[in-house]
Amino acid sequence: MAAVFEVLTPGLLTTVQDRGRHGYQAFGMPVAGAVDEYALRVANLLVGNDENAAALEITLLGPTLRVLEPAVIAITGADLGAMLNGETLPLWQAVAVKAGDEISFTGVRSGCRAYLAVAGGIDAPVVMGSRSTYLRGNIGGLDGRALKTGDKLPVGEPPAAARLRVGRRVPSEFIPTYADNITLRVVLGPQDDHFTPAGRETFLTGEYVVTNEADRMGYRLDGPKIEHSGGADIISDGIPLGAVQVPGHGLPIVMLADRQTTGGYPKIATVVSADLYRIGQAKPGDKVRFVAVSREEAIRLLREQEENLRRLAELLSRPAGRLRQFRITVHGETFEALVEEL
Amino acid sequence: MYGEPRFLPAGDRALVVEFGNEIAPEINARIRAMTAALQAEPIDGVVEVVPTYRSLLVHFDPLQVAPDVLEERLAELARNLGELKLPEPTVTVVPVCYGGEFGPDLPFVCQHTGLSAEEVIRIHTGTDYLIYMLGFTPGFSYLGGMDERIATPRLKTPRTKIPAGSVGIAGKQTGIYPIDSPGGWQLIGRTPLKLYDPFREPPVLLAAGNYVRFKAVTKEEYELIAAQVAAGTYQVEVLPKGEGREK
Repeated sequence: MAAVFEVLTPGLLTTVQDRGRHGYQAFGMPVAGAVDEYALRVANLLVGNDENAAALEITLLGPTLRVLEPAVIAITGADLGAMLNGETLPLWQAVAVKAGDEISFTGVRSGCRAYLAVAGGIDAPVVMGSRSTYLRGNIGGLDGRALKTGDKLPVGEPPAAARLRVGRRVPSEFIPTYADNITLRVVLGPQDDHFTPAGRETFLTGEYVVTNEADRMGYRLDGPKIEHSGGADIISDGIPLGAVQVPGHGLPIVMLADRQTTGGYPKIATVVSADLYRIGQAKPGDKVRFVAVSREEAIRLLREQEENLRRLAELLSRPAGRLRQFRITVHGETFEALVEEL
Repeated sequence: MYGEPRFLPAGDRALVVEFGNEIAPEINARIRAMTAALQAEPIDGVVEVVPTYRSLLVHFDPLQVAPDVLEERLAELARNLGELKLPEPTVTVVPVCYGGEFGPDLPFVCQHTGLSAEEVIRIHTGTDYLIYMLGFTPGFSYLGGMDERIATPRLKTPRTKIPAGSVGIAGKQTGIYPIDSPGGWQLIGRTPLKLYDPFREPPVLLAAGNYVRFKAVTKEEYELIAAQVAAGTYQVEVLPKGEGREK
């Protein structure tokens, strides 16, 4: 498999992620995967990949990559100031790059994590069904670690129509905004009964701030302390994605992709699936509020998001112009050429 | 143990199925039976099941199966659980160097329990612990049967990094950290064994349903075993259940 990128500088934390390592939590293996799955899936759709293809998750300060082979890429998620050969690289759009090009990032403008997908996907070895990097377990991605200078990133066989995607753009209605003041919808439980009514009230009315201890595992928040009704320990049980656990100190921690599979702090609520990208794109210092919704409402929001993604997939795969197919013979060699008229 | 399992919402894609509110072998046996039943007869839309002490976390796709339908199916399954035959258990001996730099919380455990360090170590090594479940991080085994005399609550503020091999107490539980990770357990010692090694087959040393016995070793013995583990020459001691204990 040809290496398509060479890492000139790795950035703050750049890892290979797909949609995660599912099916191994019973052995204590965390799921990992993209923190902002929506942005990952859209990036893959743009370049014609399977939504689960592995891409680069880029955190705050991006890497500098040299392109070694022609490829089709798309960057979605946070605006980290992406540049191509010193010129602004459009986000949420399929872009053709050629050998010798340089992709770099000038700095964070909004959000926290960008996703760089390449047609064919990053071809890291599959470990327990996934290419996702799980840093604490040293598995997945590139030897279970973040990118470092000198790495060469192999890419899988690009889908046949990838070239036709160049220039395709995600309509603005599908592009989320990443505010520094967010509201997360939550479903209360499983252990909301481990808190006093005043404690639940504090949780749902208080303003919290993302602390510096915010990573792929979880976001520790600071703000008003949530009162437990008994002890702050429970008999350890499973931790779902988006669980809001509250240890003895009374401050919430939102559990994300690299969360431990089980734990012993009561979980007052779970962030709805459709809002997970909001916390995944939050940065230290950002403000967070919680609002309770019913499980039915949460499922409705999830269904809406999935329908949007289906609609977007359809839009992006539909030929933008008229397709014409040619057969060209050059020096006795025959080529198939597909031309899209715009 | 509850007569009927309790269902607790865990967001829009997971559900807690709780069988009781204590750590007890008979509750855990139901969890294991339920897990086996779900493997034998999978329910459409169930993505993954995580068995724990007294509950199952059922991950599901709500666009494939509505939560109320899923709860009904699970309740029915729970009502029809038969007896499950389990294989003969083994005891894995885990050497531990207690106290000092490896067990910074041993003095707090002594202070909390009113016992001397020697008594805490004697009690901690005096039981064969049932491995109830794996979880938290790769290869972490939750052990049951700790003597309540050494029970000590978790730290109020979890540590951000605990070294692999650390042995701790949290409430009535004891366990070993298989990889460097954050956590809130009171650390009383450390083992040189690698509980989890992704490049070893099998990567996880311990298995649910078997037992663990801690054996106190000196700092020198610890270093010796650590060197053998690194060289791949250390033979982990595994005994049939019931062997090597005076009744």
